[in-house]
Amino acid sequence: MPHGVVVDPLITNLMVFVLAIFVGYHVVWHVTPALHTPLMSVTNAISSVIVVGAILAAGAGGVNRGTLLGAVAVALVAINTFGGFLVTERMLEMFKKKDRKERE
Amino acid sequence: MTSFMSPNVVALTYLVASVLFILALKGLSGPTTARRGNRFGIAGMALAVLTTLLITRRVDLTLGALTIGGAIGWLVARRVQMTQMPELVAAMHSLVGLAAVLIAIAVVNNPMSFGIENPLPAGNRVELFIGTFVGAMTFSGSIIAFGKLAGLGKFSRLFSSAPVVFASQHFVNLAIAIAMIVFGIAFVTAAPDGLWTPFIVMTAIAFVLGVLIIIPIGGADMPVVISMLNSYSGWAASGIGFSLNNPLLIVAGSLVGSSGAILSYIMCKAMNRSFISVILGGFGGAEGAAASTEQKAVKSGSAEDVAFLLGNAERVIIIPGYGLAVARAQHAVKEMAQKLIAKGVSVRYAIHPVAGRMPGHMNVLLAEAEVPYDQVQEMEDINGDFGAADIAFVLGANDVVNPLAEQKGSPIYGMPILEAHKAHTVVVNKRSMASGYAGIDNPLFYLDKTMMVFGDAKKVVEDIVKAIE
Repeated sequence: MPHGVVVDPLITNLMVFVLAIFVGYHVVWHVTPALHTPLMSVTNAISSVIVVGAILAAGAGGVNRGTLLGAVAVALVAINTFGGFLVTERMLEMFKKKDRKERE
Repeated sequence: MTSFMSPNVVALTYLVASVLFILALKGLSGPTTARRGNRFGIAGMALAVLTTLLITRRVDLTLGALTIGGAIGWLVARRVQMTQMPELVAAMHSLVGLAAVLIAIAVVNNPMSFGIENPLPAGNRVELFIGTFVGAMTFSGSIIAFGKLAGLGKFSRLFSSAPVVFASQHFVNLAIAIAMIVFGIAFVTAAPDGLWTPFIVMTAIAFVLGVLIIIPIGGADMPVVISMLNSYSGWAASGIGFSLNNPLLIVAGSLVGSSGAILSYIMCKAMNRSFISVILGGFGGAEGAAASTEQKAVKSGSAEDVAFLLGNAERVIIIPGYGLAVARAQHAVKEMAQKLIAKGVSVRYAIHPVAGRMPGHMNVLLAEAEVPYDQVQEMEDINGDFGAADIAFVLGANDVVNPLAEQKGSPIYGMPILEAHKAHTVVVNKRSMASGYAGIDNPLFYLDKTMMVFGDAKKVVEDIVKAIE
């Protein structure tokens, strides 16, 4: 591209988007079918990264419609963040217990 | 923004968080690396949240909200039963969708707090429109899916596990979708002081559409629905990421979106259904209806008969279906297997990809009952072994062992099945002769080598455990 021309952020975002889909596609096909339920709960937790947007909304000055909406959104997705990772941990713990028994 | 949280530093920490999320998914390629993967995911999330908190430097509202939501999430994760995982996952999808809508409202309300120009540029509005309608549909669709999974059909027909269909349904849905797009365009082209009306109408229509697209889908297709909504929740997060110009949201959203899409594909393939036909719905209505009027003779036996057969077998393959989970018989089955193994019988479990109500559900249910990992095998790995098995013991499964799937012209022709009919003897536990979700008869039940044991799975298996000596 010519020097001095700034690429529209939309194009950069699109590049990130398409490449991330490719990465996701290849990584997820390697997930063992036995772990598809934990995969779903961990992706639940990961999609709660939308909390970043909620924190920005809640973090704008003052207490008003915008910041309160943000705070509600933070509380809602925090359920996913904590719940998703914890329940995944709980499930994986069950799979691990058996591994230990196998070795005995 | 403080000096040390320059946009470049923020972008770099978001990059690290993105990589950690990818590692979290990569870890799930095997049970030994999975836990480490989950830790990577937690680290990525902590990094993302801390970085954002440092940008806003506001702790009162944010930490308060994080604490409340986190406490609820923690409690739910501790208490939820593994049979309820599909409901939990559906509920979580709805939360992501709702959060996407709330954030979009906050952006329209005050773009400056997200570093976006005020008035909102048209480009941002397009992205907001997409993020909002996907989020809204994810929210209401997941609520319906949750209701269907939790058996709330008695409270509202919307939650009925049987498909809700009405005349020219697809045409109505299409018209509503077009109306939503029209208001979306109105939102994008509106004058800066006239944004709210088209935005609110568009969002409201999206909520309705989310309900309408899930109600015609029957209980049998729930694994696809859950995976599909999983995918939607990811795309909603990505859409918001585009609006906020936040690459971390875009990456995380795409990972989740593609993961859900792959799971939907795998589930469709396991049922030999096309994605389109699942979406159009109407399948699996005749739940429990007797498919054939002619009375064919089946051979039925008692728990003691089964115990005798099992005790004298060398190789037993157990085929658990959702009926087993409903009866909460996993622990009893594991006890039965242990007793058999102690007698020198080889016992393995054959898992069909759609055994259970979400992908991988049966594996988790067996894991909870502490069934050793190496006894549990996927369909492709065990199908070749049925010929050498003395007994195939089918517990609460039906369509996934139906040999009609191998016959041209049958409604389920082409669906991959567990080849239980190739075993020397087949034992089937069912509550009654009712047909499965597909609503068709199962010739496996009428074979000479098949013995039916009627009754609740847990009761039957417990009786078998008592009788094995």
